[in-house]
Amino acid sequence: MYSQTVMDHFRNPHNVGKMENPSGVGKVGNPQCGDEMIIYIKVENNVITDVSFETFGCVAAIASSSMTTDLIKGKTIEEALALSNKEVADKLGGLPPLKMHCSVLAEDGIKMAIEDYRKREEEKKNEQKI
Amino acid sequence: MEKSVYLDNNATTKVDKEVVESMMKYLKDDYGNPSSLYTLGQNARSAVEDSRKRVASILNCEPRDVFFTGSGTESDNIAVKGVARRYKNKGNHIITSAIEHHAVLKSVEHLAKEGFTYDIAKVGEDGIVDVDHLKSLIKPETILISVMYANNETGAIQPIEEIGKIAKEREIYFHTDAVQGAGKLTLDVKKLNVDMLSLSGHKFHAPKGIGILYKRTGINPIPLFHGGHHELSVRPSTENVPYIVAVAKALEIAYRDIDEHRAKQTMLKERLKAGITKNIGNILLNTPDNSVFNTLNISFVGIEGESILFSLDEFGIAVSTGSACTSGSLEASHVIMAMGRDHTTSHGSVRFSLSKYTTEEEIDYTIDKVKSVVEKIRKISPYK
Repeated sequence: MYSQTVMDHFRNPHNVGKMENPSGVGKVGNPQCGDEMIIYIKVENNVITDVSFETFGCVAAIASSSMTTDLIKGKTIEEALALSNKEVADKLGGLPPLKMHCSVLAEDGIKMAIEDYRKREEEKKNEQKI
Repeated sequence: MEKSVYLDNNATTKVDKEVVESMMKYLKDDYGNPSSLYTLGQNARSAVEDSRKRVASILNCEPRDVFFTGSGTESDNIAVKGVARRYKNKGNHIITSAIEHHAVLKSVEHLAKEGFTYDIAKVGEDGIVDVDHLKSLIKPETILISVMYANNETGAIQPIEEIGKIAKEREIYFHTDAVQGAGKLTLDVKKLNVDMLSLSGHKFHAPKGIGILYKRTGINPIPLFHGGHHELSVRPSTENVPYIVAVAKALEIAYRDIDEHRAKQTMLKERLKAGITKNIGNILLNTPDNSVFNTLNISFVGIEGESILFSLDEFGIAVSTGSACTSGSLEASHVIMAMGRDHTTSHGSVRFSLSKYTTEEEIDYTIDKVKSVVEKIRKISPYK
């Protein structure tokens, strides 16, 4: 059912865990659909220097989280935003059609974490002005 | 994968060696068509009729009330659709329960497109049909009630005798999908007060592709197929002689050894339950005390069933889950949800179903692996 790469990432997921003092957090999905993903990013000089995740979900959701976080580590914000779910799925050696939404979830998680980072940056700027 | 621990016997079972041996003769030598008049055909005919008698003796019914079909699903379909369609002039209302197998639920939903109406009896938190609620759903135009004997996911035993009595008093036909009861509970149709009962061979160590339908004399479901006079035209098509012999043999073995199976599997199920309860926190039992002796369903809160399933598979352990992710529909198990569990809990449900082949060593190995797998997946989850 799953590719070898998916199973490898599921068995030994990379970048697992809650991050202390993240620059941005993205929370997507909901338990109703059987998956929920939290992505944490640390950003320095517009580069994602660290990333981690916590996922409640199936094999595909955990593997997608692991692969996505691998792919954006060390990338600039713009590069990370350009990442598509298709790329995640391709890098995983494909996902069953019914599981494609797991890769979408990971893409959305990254986007939300970046959005959250930008919002926090904005707030910081505003605070400085005051 | 060196080790193999099969704990998914509610999905299907290993065919018993004795069963395989019993059917070989009808594949190799007595391969005639039971409808043929020469000796080779008549040998096959005797085998079919002898099998029917053996099944009837376990069901405590007349051999003429036993029909061989292609599966449990087919038996359910003949019973539900066949009876509803035959007796629609008497009424168009059907009652079933929230935890039925799709073979019944989807049949009833299909009948709704033909002008029938239906109501669904709810279950309590224990997964057992609320008889008072069921009773309140009965209308003058109710013609059929279909409630399963034991649930495939939780193992919960349903109050069939009681519902049968209610149906009988009101002259409503009563069918039970007894697929998960075979070899575990009595199949005495008189004691159970049922008009129709469905069984599936591969759930009790016969091959896949053979089912049994009991129907009381006098009930004439409209057949799904039309053809020859086989099985009194209730299920036309040339009889599957080897599998008919096999299913009768398997049922006979199941009841011949039932005391031994009950004692051993009850002990192993309790051992598994105690082992998991003692070693793993934040779990929820989905199997009530009043359940078949081989089934244990547990929700591991905060993690998802499919990831548990695949992780256990790495250790050679086969189980199943009520999680959306394995249903092909992205919806959590309708059975666990009907018990009022929330989504997270439903997605984290795992079913362990034992058989006569399960050993104590396999159970201890499973407890150990479930513990490490759950710990590992909980580390990844935002819900600890």
